[in-house]
Amino acid sequence: MKVLVPVKRVVDFNVKVRVKSDGTGVELANVKMSMNPFDEIAVEEALRLKEAGKATEVVVVSIGPAQASETIRTGLAMGADRGILVKAEGHVEPLAVAKLLKAVAEAEKPGLIILGKQAIDDDSNQTGQMLAALLGWPQATFASKLEVEGSDFKVTREVDGGLQTVKLKGPAIVTTDLRLNEPRYASLPNIMKAKKKPIDDKNASDYGVDLTPHLEVLKTAEPAGRKAGVKVKDVAELVSKLKTEAGVL
Amino acid sequence: MTTLLIAEHDNASIKDATNKALTAAAALGADVHVLVAGENAKAAADAAARLSGVKKVLLADNAAYAHDLAEPLAALIVSLASSYDAFVAPATSRFKNVMPRVAALLDVMQVSEIIKVVSSDTFERPIYAGNAIQTVKSKDAKKVITVRTSTFAATGEGGSAPVENAAAAADPGLSSFLGEEVAKSDRPELTSAKIIVSGGRAMQSRENFAKYIEPLADKLGAGVGASRAAVDAGYAPNDWQVGQTGKVVAPELYVAIGISGAIQHLAGMKDSKVIVAINKDEDAPIFQVADYGLVADLYQAVPELTEALGKLGK
Repeated sequence: MKVLVPVKRVVDFNVKVRVKSDGTGVELANVKMSMNPFDEIAVEEALRLKEAGKATEVVVVSIGPAQASETIRTGLAMGADRGILVKAEGHVEPLAVAKLLKAVAEAEKPGLIILGKQAIDDDSNQTGQMLAALLGWPQATFASKLEVEGSDFKVTREVDGGLQTVKLKGPAIVTTDLRLNEPRYASLPNIMKAKKKPIDDKNASDYGVDLTPHLEVLKTAEPAGRKAGVKVKDVAELVSKLKTEAGVL
Repeated sequence: MTTLLIAEHDNASIKDATNKALTAAAALGADVHVLVAGENAKAAADAAARLSGVKKVLLADNAAYAHDLAEPLAALIVSLASSYDAFVAPATSRFKNVMPRVAALLDVMQVSEIIKVVSSDTFERPIYAGNAIQTVKSKDAKKVITVRTSTFAATGEGGSAPVENAAAAADPGLSSFLGEEVAKSDRPELTSAKIIVSGGRAMQSRENFAKYIEPLADKLGAGVGASRAAVDAGYAPNDWQVGQTGKVVAPELYVAIGISGAIQHLAGMKDSKVIVAINKDEDAPIFQVADYGLVADLYQAVPELTEALGKLGK
């Protein structure tokens, strides 16, 4: 079974983003970019399937600017076999990403597509579900455990009330949650080896997908700030303030 | 112009998330119908019919909708699409799962987790863990929207809408339900709790959650939350996680205990009305958003607080 892992290049999770003063977006110049953390978990899970003999090949695909090839290299350094870069400039919405991934999936014919449940930049939480819809495949989002059963999958999902376990008929889409695994760090030899692994260069226009945004971003603003309050000296003062000043007790 | 609100419910009753999403749905300005999809869900449909302003309730009562499987539920919503201009659902795990599938089948770009309805096609939504707020205008003829319920007031009762049966859509049969582990608790649910007591990595163990956090929560009649670090470490179950990728809450009082205040945690609780932080590190970022900060060893301060509240008759 081939596993396809879509990955996104996003602002590194440690960076505190700043809204541009003219309200046109957030400052991305000279900001550290990394692989979306949930996608790292997806790459790790695919590699574990391969190491367990359940998967034969792990293919990492990214849609984005030329620099997204660095994100693909990160996946290759972790141990993926090869990459596909679909070049697209500007903001590509989850729906368009799903359409491009559908075209890639139809060419690659994976048994499983595993990707992050959401990207930490636009926090949309849509791409996996949309891709499943377009392919007519089953989906298991927010996975905390994945088992392969022949061509099918048994997936435990993190839901509001606890955990849910479902069975999917393969081929299927799984999106990762935090507790699925802890991604490995790429070793230096593997980083060197990854430089020789192939990345197939494509253009979004090769697939005839319309990338025109459906959502027009009118403005990006700072959230309403919250000021630090006061420090209290002990529990008695805390209780007193909560009771008389805040009125929440 | 009609809006279809898809209800969060447990077959017997309507969840508070539905009341809040209804407020957002009504703000679109069109009539609102409510879809209740479940199994033996007549009582939930009747409850939806009593919500103020609801014009009609559709009840799709079928075993296919018993377990939140995305494929049949998405097929059902899409089968109703021709009658509606907007599809609104609370951003609970059920609808985070289902609504993007609906959107893609309708060739619509979903607007996720809106925090404000500016007009019938323009919405505010947080990005980058709430560090920026985007105003977006949807150009799609039909809208698919999920609602961050913590920012909308709940719509109350006062209606008496008719309940009609909706035919089940063909089940794609792609997935099946195997089981669930749902924590049974008498405590309020996190997303509707008036008070939340949360613990972080400093709790050091599951036992300490039970010994320090839970008695305080019970004294306050509060829900129990946890930081991602505490959940990752196995000190608390996943459904307690508050943050960017867990639950987003806005209670009257949020008590953060042994939580440093990582950006992704603040994203899940900074809209709380009053925030209390107890942490022994006086430089912890949580103090920058806390209304009342207590720099103290939680293992002393929390039992003291629990006891002091007991004396107050809590």
